[in-house]
Amino acid sequence: MSSAAGITVVRPGLLTTVQDLGRWGSQALGVPVSGAMDSMAHRLANALVGNAPTAATLEVTLIGPELRADRALVVAVAGAAFVLGVDGRAAPHHTAFALAPGATLRFGERRAGSRAYLAVAGGIDTPPVLGSRATHLLSGMGGLDGRALVRGDVLPLGPAPTHVGPHRAPPASPPPAAGLVRSLRVMLGPQDTWFSPHAIETLLHEVYRVSTQSNRMGFQLEGPLVAATRADGLLSEPVPFGALQVPAGGSPILLMADRQTAGGYPKIATVIAADLPLAGQLGPGDVVRFAACTRTEARAALIARERELLRLMPEESGA
Amino acid sequence: MTAPLTRPRLHLSGDSLVLVEFEARMAPEVNARVVAVAQAIAEAAVPGVRDVVPGFASVGVHVDPLRFDASALEQVVAHAWDVAAVAGAPARVVDIPVCYGGEHGPDLEAVAASAGCSPGAVVQRHTAPVYRVYMLGFLPGFAYLGSVDPSISVPRRPAPRARVRAGSVGIAGLQTGVYPCDSPGGWQLIGRTPWRMFDATRQQPAVLRAGDAVRFVSLPHDQWHACVSVPSS
Repeated sequence: MSSAAGITVVRPGLLTTVQDLGRWGSQALGVPVSGAMDSMAHRLANALVGNAPTAATLEVTLIGPELRADRALVVAVAGAAFVLGVDGRAAPHHTAFALAPGATLRFGERRAGSRAYLAVAGGIDTPPVLGSRATHLLSGMGGLDGRALVRGDVLPLGPAPTHVGPHRAPPASPPPAAGLVRSLRVMLGPQDTWFSPHAIETLLHEVYRVSTQSNRMGFQLEGPLVAATRADGLLSEPVPFGALQVPAGGSPILLMADRQTAGGYPKIATVIAADLPLAGQLGPGDVVRFAACTRTEARAALIARERELLRLMPEESGA
Repeated sequence: MTAPLTRPRLHLSGDSLVLVEFEARMAPEVNARVVAVAQAIAEAAVPGVRDVVPGFASVGVHVDPLRFDASALEQVVAHAWDVAAVAGAPARVVDIPVCYGGEHGPDLEAVAASAGCSPGAVVQRHTAPVYRVYMLGFLPGFAYLGSVDPSISVPRRPAPRARVRAGSVGIAGLQTGVYPCDSPGGWQLIGRTPWRMFDATRQQPAVLRAGDAVRFVSLPHDQWHACVSVPSS
């Protein structure tokens, strides 16, 4: 399958990267998973243009790009709500639309959320590395030369699926506006016994602000300290997306998509899979609280989230 | 024979990672079980398992919570534990060429001063042991190796370097390792290998894997260019 150039970057935005569902299967070699910070929005954008969920999209962060279609394209944007314009005319969120050759798609004002996903029918077709097109910035792996997009970049596209209609998703609850306190459900552990009951109470009853010292690897959280009571080090062990690790100073760090494969800090709690997309929409200054839940509740929440995604998806790609 | 090990425990880290936890110590006999159990899980095709990752004393099993079959994993772990007790695969031995000191090892003199010996003696003590690869992490292809001769053990630098060159060989505490790519880093740098420790386009992207045995071989500085290619294993 040959891929054809399809998109030229006119303005790159703050941090626009090629992402997919992540580079799974190579963590034993120390290769981070990476992938979309909000996998649900990534999957929805893909479904709207008829792509498989594994197709690569562009992850747009805080300040969006301006992109030119070099040929006729069908695209959709999901996740953070940006004002979208095509050659000065408004374009819809959560709905597939066509771009004529030469048309320019501009991401304008951001109304809610931090990360939007632009899917193009056929998918972004940069070369897969170890089975994934996800960009990992620190190691310079995947995506377009392992880096964020810059002006003048040309993105190759895969062949478009044959049946692409003008899909429109039913209204979805938009990402919460800035200023609201977001609630993320966690399961305590795996090192919750390293912390005092008071520290766990603090984590579950206080609020934390996402610091400006935050990136795709992790969010530094500002708020009451929750230092571990044990001073002996933890042997480095594998860590998941959503782990709340606590270095000696007591300020928690929420591990995100570009996290290292393993870490040696104790983890007081871990955000459940159902709430990771919500975490992926957080940006600097956003305020979160954490609520404890059980494994059974986590499973029910994930089933509910998958049902919600199915409801939003066009029927023929809902399976 | 080493003392009998206690059987591993399965512990959740959220709903998407199961940790198979062994005795929490850095020891070859513990890590050998880790490697054997990780390999068994990877080969068993347990439903819902997305990735299997060896740690120092634990195996991380990343799962899709809606497809994962916990009882199948428990069976695989129990069986692998029994088999690993008798099997114990022989380790692959990898000899890594290293140019010590000078521009390649800017901290060699400081390590020697700290150890109260000559730079040559540091090289001799660093090349003497057969190290074990406990796990990979930190960066693609970065292997945590133990254990360093205690007489040349040094702490991390007080302030990490903003840029450590790919191939640099460092010491931190009782661990030693090779930086696979240019990156920030705080280990004390005593030498550098011409090998590319990680290359995603190779058939085997990482030179090392958990469970390998490693020796460092001192390479004269004028031999650097003769040793740039990694032998295929």
